[in-house]
Amino acid sequence: MTPQGRPAFWIGGAVLLAVLPWIPGLQSDFGRSLLSQMGIAAVFALSYNLLLGQTGLLSFGHAVYFGLGGYAAIHLLRAVNAGLPIPLPLVPLAGAVGGLAFGIVLGALTTRRAGTIFALISLGVGELVHATSLMLPSFFGGEEGVTASRTKAPAFFGLDFGSQVEVYYVIAAWLFVAALLMYAFMRTPVGRLCNAVRDNPERVEFIGYNPQRVRFIAFSVAAAFAGLAGGLHAINYEIVAAEAVSDTRSGAVLLMVYIGGVGHFIGAILGAVAITWLQVSLSDYTTAWLLYLGLLFMGIVVYVPGGLAGLLMMHLAALRARAMAPIARSYLLAAAPALALTLGAVTLIEIAYRRSTQPEAGALMKLFWIPMDTATPWPWLGAASLALAGYALLRVVGPRVAEAWRRAGEEIHARG
Amino acid sequence: MAETIAVAEPRSAPAAGPAVPCALELTDVHKSFGATPIIRGVSLAIARGERHAIIGPNGAGKSTLFNLVSGRIAPTRGSIRLDGEEIAGKRAFRIARRGLARSFQVTNIFPRLTVHENIRCGVLWSLGYRYDFLRRVDRLRDANEAADRTLEQIRLTARRDTPAGVLTYAEQRALEIGITVAGGAKLILLDEPTAGMSRHETENAVELIRSVTHDRTLVMVEHDMGVVFDLADRISVLVYGQVIATDVPARIHDDEAVRSAYLGDSDA
Repeated sequence: MTPQGRPAFWIGGAVLLAVLPWIPGLQSDFGRSLLSQMGIAAVFALSYNLLLGQTGLLSFGHAVYFGLGGYAAIHLLRAVNAGLPIPLPLVPLAGAVGGLAFGIVLGALTTRRAGTIFALISLGVGELVHATSLMLPSFFGGEEGVTASRTKAPAFFGLDFGSQVEVYYVIAAWLFVAALLMYAFMRTPVGRLCNAVRDNPERVEFIGYNPQRVRFIAFSVAAAFAGLAGGLHAINYEIVAAEAVSDTRSGAVLLMVYIGGVGHFIGAILGAVAITWLQVSLSDYTTAWLLYLGLLFMGIVVYVPGGLAGLLMMHLAALRARAMAPIARSYLLAAAPALALTLGAVTLIEIAYRRSTQPEAGALMKLFWIPMDTATPWPWLGAASLALAGYALLRVVGPRVAEAWRRAGEEIHARG
Repeated sequence: MAETIAVAEPRSAPAAGPAVPCALELTDVHKSFGATPIIRGVSLAIARGERHAIIGPNGAGKSTLFNLVSGRIAPTRGSIRLDGEEIAGKRAFRIARRGLARSFQVTNIFPRLTVHENIRCGVLWSLGYRYDFLRRVDRLRDANEAADRTLEQIRLTARRDTPAGVLTYAEQRALEIGITVAGGAKLILLDEPTAGMSRHETENAVELIRSVTHDRTLVMVEHDMGVVFDLADRISVLVYGQVIATDVPARIHDDEAVRSAYLGDSDA
């Protein structure tokens, strides 16, 4: 049974969501804002997983529904600011309604085809909506976007949502509800048919279902939840701008679901958490963070097709079969070369980035607490040899890890 | 080797009176791909409850004929009637909803769904669930029980919760038939159900086909003459896009035109 199939998963999840903002390190406004962003990203990524992971629809324009939902919510929030008596926690629903409406209209056109054609159409629709958002400033607010205030709303049980933690709880509550609803959707007849369409759309026709209709339903539902995420974005930032419908955001959600693990329910959540954390934290440490994100994406796609969730499941299965010890030993063996390769490669990337993007900062820099003069060949040579040595050793040790997993697989199979 | 085949006595097909339309009736059906004619005027009437085999050399158009009847492709012209209703050119899912189900020559299943889920997908529409998104599929008793009954019939109960993609070839072939028959279709089309099977597997498959098509109309394309003469009430011989003979197995077996066109040249 998958983890999300157990009640404990949902109870544990609710408790975790409740206590997270009080954990040391996350208690600051920064920490709570990070958690809020992760929650929004998780709703968005789960909605994308409905498309890509469950129905097999690769979309390059899912941010369209996130952004349009966001605009719907921010306009509702402006109306609330002007006196409409709707409490703030319900405002994100306008995002879901907006996402659903646009999902139905645009989905009717785009889901007639699947595969590459669908992917290309989604890319076109994404560009179209992004361009439109810049051309119609009365609704989209142009480059600056549309702003509203979440504190100028009717009081909700005495809360005015001035503090980040109050907004966090609104987001967390919606995340919980949205995740539960999306999980429930996958277990309905039409949800299972989404999987069938993903696996073999042609066969679906011969058991009486129109695969286009199934895709359309999945697309509309995914758009509604993307819109809900956009609505949460609107109340969190109190602004929605053209960036919300952009291809950058569409690409980010694709990365989240791939890195988290396509088709895994918890994968979308893990990916959303990991990518949001990288976006917020790694960018503080290095200007090359997008490069690292790209390398991580490539590494996952090539070496770990199941993503973070796939890795997690593998290890849990090995643990349950008590086959983890040899694997752990092989990991210990591989740890040093992997660390050497990483340190060497990161050093090369960092000094190259520094030299090319900030030449005015001079040749002297400090990396991993080591001062180095990048005008001399020594840091380059040192880093390159470290990376090469690590790589060479990994080539030797890597097969041992693979062998340990192969044996563990037999063990698991024998027990399962 | 055709002489060595034990010819089954024709099963008495229910007499189709004038008021009862045929289960399947093709009238002058043509299909061309570009300028190339593949089906050149096929007419065929299959009675309710009949088990009908279509045989013929490679490239005769047998699979194309199945694709036309099941709505995978549309005929260039001609009429195809299912229980008296015109279905030529209709989309596959509309034809399936009227009670026609087919299997495929190349296994065509849902590899990442479990065996049970594969079968269950095949029964949902016929039980009226349509595009239901308000009920839990695991709680649909009728659908789950129907799927389990079919699993029992195709002897895959032990593999119930296995992803279909990891089944053996013979198991996948059985699942293919299971998905096809699970929805209770009145007319079953099986496209080479025993292709690629060992003798032993073929024997099991014949028993399986016999039991799951009980009380239904069966049309099958098959290369194994043992299977054909064992199962079929009547046989049609398709050669170069035309039916050159339709008759009971004994007479097909002795038909000179058939022997020279097909049986005589083959090692069947």
